[in-house]
Amino acid sequence: MSALAVAPLAPLAQSGPVIPNFGRGDDCIRNNGNFCTQWFIDNFRERFLPRVGEHIKMTVIAVVLGFIIAFVAALIAHRRRGFEAPFANLASLFYTIPSIALFQIMVPITGIGWTTIIIALVSYTLLILFRNILTGLREVPSEVKEAAEGMGLTRRQTLVRVELPLAVPAIIAGLRVATVTTISLATIAAFITPLGLGAPIFSAIQTGANTEFVGASLLAIALALLADVLIVLTQRIVSPWTRARRRSA
Amino acid sequence: MSDLINFYKDNASLLFEKTLAHLGIAGLGMAIALVLALPLGVYLGHKHAGAFLAINISNVFRALPSLALIAISLALFGLSLLNVEVALVALAVPPILTNAYTAVDGVDPDAVEAARGMGMTERQVLTGVELPLAWPLIFAGIRTAAVYVVATAPLAAIAGGGGLGDIILNQPTYGLVGVIGATLIVVVLAFAVDALFALVQRAVTPRGLAVPRELTTIVPAGTDTAVTAETAATVEQV
Repeated sequence: MSALAVAPLAPLAQSGPVIPNFGRGDDCIRNNGNFCTQWFIDNFRERFLPRVGEHIKMTVIAVVLGFIIAFVAALIAHRRRGFEAPFANLASLFYTIPSIALFQIMVPITGIGWTTIIIALVSYTLLILFRNILTGLREVPSEVKEAAEGMGLTRRQTLVRVELPLAVPAIIAGLRVATVTTISLATIAAFITPLGLGAPIFSAIQTGANTEFVGASLLAIALALLADVLIVLTQRIVSPWTRARRRSA
Repeated sequence: MSDLINFYKDNASLLFEKTLAHLGIAGLGMAIALVLALPLGVYLGHKHAGAFLAINISNVFRALPSLALIAISLALFGLSLLNVEVALVALAVPPILTNAYTAVDGVDPDAVEAARGMGMTERQVLTGVELPLAWPLIFAGIRTAAVYVVATAPLAAIAGGGGLGDIILNQPTYGLVGVIGATLIVVVLAFAVDALFALVQRAVTPRGLAVPRELTTIVPAGTDTAVTAETAATVEQV
């Protein structure tokens, strides 16, 4: 409080941008430092943790739904080549629409809220997942498939026991890119409705509260990197042979 | 629909100006990313070393959310074009780097050995044999990056401004019709950039080396993932 009492003598630099009053704070937060650790820790539970939860929720829902759609589409395209181009073109079209625009354009159709966010996020996962699943299935060596056939496996058995397990590395590679992309795009969802880590970023950029938007940004980056690492570890557990093969190559 | 036509009519000069600015922002981001990633990827691929480095730089960059990068650089540098360029470069580096590496690394070793046997210098091996054979896949990465960058450049309007994002992020002023109108321009730009790069890709591909079908579509298979890029590289040996 003593700093405020001598305010008339304070240097001009301190009368810069209007800083939102968060009730209390050390020198760092009063001077609107780029990242005030103490304020971040003090406000983590209240301001950031719920946003992290929402962010994870929208990412998981979008990636799971996107995976189901892309998986079914890839299985169809694996059987019928004619299906590949139309689906890939539609997914490519979505890919070229800036996310910040798609969220806004969907609002009149699906309203402001989770439905809009999820539909937009799902549409961005489709291209990567579809292409990777299909590529994974197609690149199973034909000798392997012939051997499976020779052993009397039906087409369905070949798919489930031979083709899909061999496609796992490519599928997980796609899942990895789709997940980090979704985490990135999910921050932009907050442009239409304050959900996820984008919410403190957009609101604090407008009020100029540095620690709030820098903190939320760092959390978004940490979340994406963590998800990336988790998926790599999953891949190693699910398909240990890929590591052995790479080492011997 | 007529609203949209009217919007284009009423704002023709504004849209033209914003489109040029948009291409400028995207072009600068692509140029920086190319300077950073292309030589590195080609060099590591030529040395057949640093797969870990090339692929992991890509993976880390890919995981950085664009909005988070813009916000952090806003705190560090204030309002400027730099903010969005940081985000665009982070977006463009992974496909360019991964593809340049896997393309050069994946060139048929027999061809490289034959070139060395003929007495070519390292430089000649690189420019005369490896690069021509690797171009289709390298270009696939550049195309993907260009599409990402054009489609993400509207975020420039968050910090610093410029480009079609000024319209897309300003629904209160231009209305939903403005958002849709500017978005359509971005989509057309993305496809146009893709088509342009496809032409260049075809032009730089040596005769007798067909561009694999997988690499001819927008955001091609494998350009963005290490595992499938490795396998895509083998396609060109046909």
